[in-house]
Amino acid sequence: MLTNDDLKNIATQVRRDLLRMIHAVNSGHPGGSLGCTDVITCLYFSAMEHDPKFNMDGKDEDIFFLSNGHLSAAWYSVLARSGYFPVSELASFRKLNTRLQGHPTPAEHIPGVRMASGSLGQGMSNAIGTALAKKLNKDTHLVYSLHGDGELQEGQIWEAVMYAAAKKVDNLISIIDCNGKQIDGPVEEVLSLGDLHAKFTAFGWKVLEMNGNNIAEVIDMLKIAKANTCKGQPIIILMKTEMGFGVDFMMGTHKWHGVAPNDQQLADALAQLPVTLGDY
Amino acid sequence: MRTYQKIGEKDTRSGFGEALLELGRNNTNVVALCADLIGSLKMDAFVKEFPERFFQIGIAEANMIGIAAGLTIGGKIPFTGTFANFSTGRVYDQIRQCVAYSNKNVKICASHAGITLGEDGATHQIMEDIGLMKMLPNMVVINPCDFNQTKAATMAIAEHVGPVYLRFGRPKVPVFIPEDEPFVIGKALQLTEGKDVSIFATGHLVWKALEAVHILKEKGIAAELINIHTIKPLDEEAILRSVAKTHCVVTAEEHMMNGGLGDSIAQLLARKLPTPLEMVAVDDKFGESGTPDELMTKFGLDTVNVVEAVLKVIGRR
Repeated sequence: MLTNDDLKNIATQVRRDLLRMIHAVNSGHPGGSLGCTDVITCLYFSAMEHDPKFNMDGKDEDIFFLSNGHLSAAWYSVLARSGYFPVSELASFRKLNTRLQGHPTPAEHIPGVRMASGSLGQGMSNAIGTALAKKLNKDTHLVYSLHGDGELQEGQIWEAVMYAAAKKVDNLISIIDCNGKQIDGPVEEVLSLGDLHAKFTAFGWKVLEMNGNNIAEVIDMLKIAKANTCKGQPIIILMKTEMGFGVDFMMGTHKWHGVAPNDQQLADALAQLPVTLGDY
Repeated sequence: MRTYQKIGEKDTRSGFGEALLELGRNNTNVVALCADLIGSLKMDAFVKEFPERFFQIGIAEANMIGIAAGLTIGGKIPFTGTFANFSTGRVYDQIRQCVAYSNKNVKICASHAGITLGEDGATHQIMEDIGLMKMLPNMVVINPCDFNQTKAATMAIAEHVGPVYLRFGRPKVPVFIPEDEPFVIGKALQLTEGKDVSIFATGHLVWKALEAVHILKEKGIAAELINIHTIKPLDEEAILRSVAKTHCVVTAEEHMMNGGLGDSIAQLLARKLPTPLEMVAVDDKFGESGTPDELMTKFGLDTVNVVEAVLKVIGRR
């Protein structure tokens, strides 16, 4: 059983990995990846029952969907550090002939990825489908999905939100990364989402909230979420995060959504994130 | 070789509905999804017999495609059902990302395709769907011609592992493919033998083309009619073999010229065996309200149009 300090160390290494990966190809999405590193780490290293000897059907294990596929660098690092594929493969991120495509896809047969994502708003529908398959298969494991807050501007999300509640898809835990930022600026200015807690409650979901950059709180809230499954309601966690978390100059702005650090910026960032598990 | 003649009249969508029920009985992994069109898609019997394996999604086609893709994880074989317009154009990106690119075992089953949807008009009459679907890597595209072939095709796609687009229609049309005719995905079905012209037809136009073959015979023209039910993968061998003999080609389909069967065959022949070719298809126009028969006539998709195309292409040989 990993302690919260162990999880923090893993998350720190994941942050180093993703920054180095993005820097190496001068492309990728560091801001949201840093903000969601803690929750993805906690899911794979604590909350989820899963098998790195990957099989597509994922029977008798928990399944995760990254709907906001641009956080691929963080997810790939967590998958590699969990044993799905060699950590050394992270060096191929976004390069020609890689299994680690810019946005995740099963097309290149990378272990751990079951669905392409990147075109936003689709992952909740996928998660519902897999949750329904689990029910048909009498598989009591859970399905998790992660979404950006800006992603909630996509209409398909609300089709899925309506469906999951109406049809009592209660083996599903969806997490919204509420960092309040999207490419063109603050979500509040681009297209306000209004009161998400009230909206999801009105749709019939069990709504939980947490600080997604506090490992102890994330671990506790994922336990609470799990305890609330199979009670006739899908679960949503509104997860407050800081875009760019862990690197001081990347926080408090939306400008690191899709921009790679240069050499000096990488050095400055890595200086704030000590090696914990060894670099790839 | 077999003689194909009218043995009844039924809608192709009913062939889908019957096969879906049979599949439900034979394979517990088969599940069905519908976006508020159970009756139109003839899914009633499946819904009644297998309520736990049926998912009513409501009027939310994007969600339906996404859920179908998710259901494959865990071994289910989802069949989605709605009109062809809402099965393709409305959900193109969902199909592209989660079905085709992700290579999921989803069967997109589309009724009311083409202009024979009739009175509802152009908003519902999609004639671009074959083109949209055939452009997607991994996607198999099938457009059966009658009740029996639609039933056989539905059974066959459950055995195929991977994404499939199955297109069928609304009106009652002649049944002329015998019940025991084998259906092999990607294998053309030769209906008549001839040396003067090759006619490649799909969907509702196959019966029209068969009628045209009889008229042409009276004019002393021996037409070889080949039913291309699978537009992708295309049976190149069967097409090239026939064209090498006849040296001229007519294609016939209830679809736009752009992106349809004729477009696929023209591309093949241009690369491998340049041959005069005429297309019976809709020439870059939206449809309109009317009865199916009136519309087929107005939009140039009738028996007479196939005959005229043959006479024209023989003159170009």
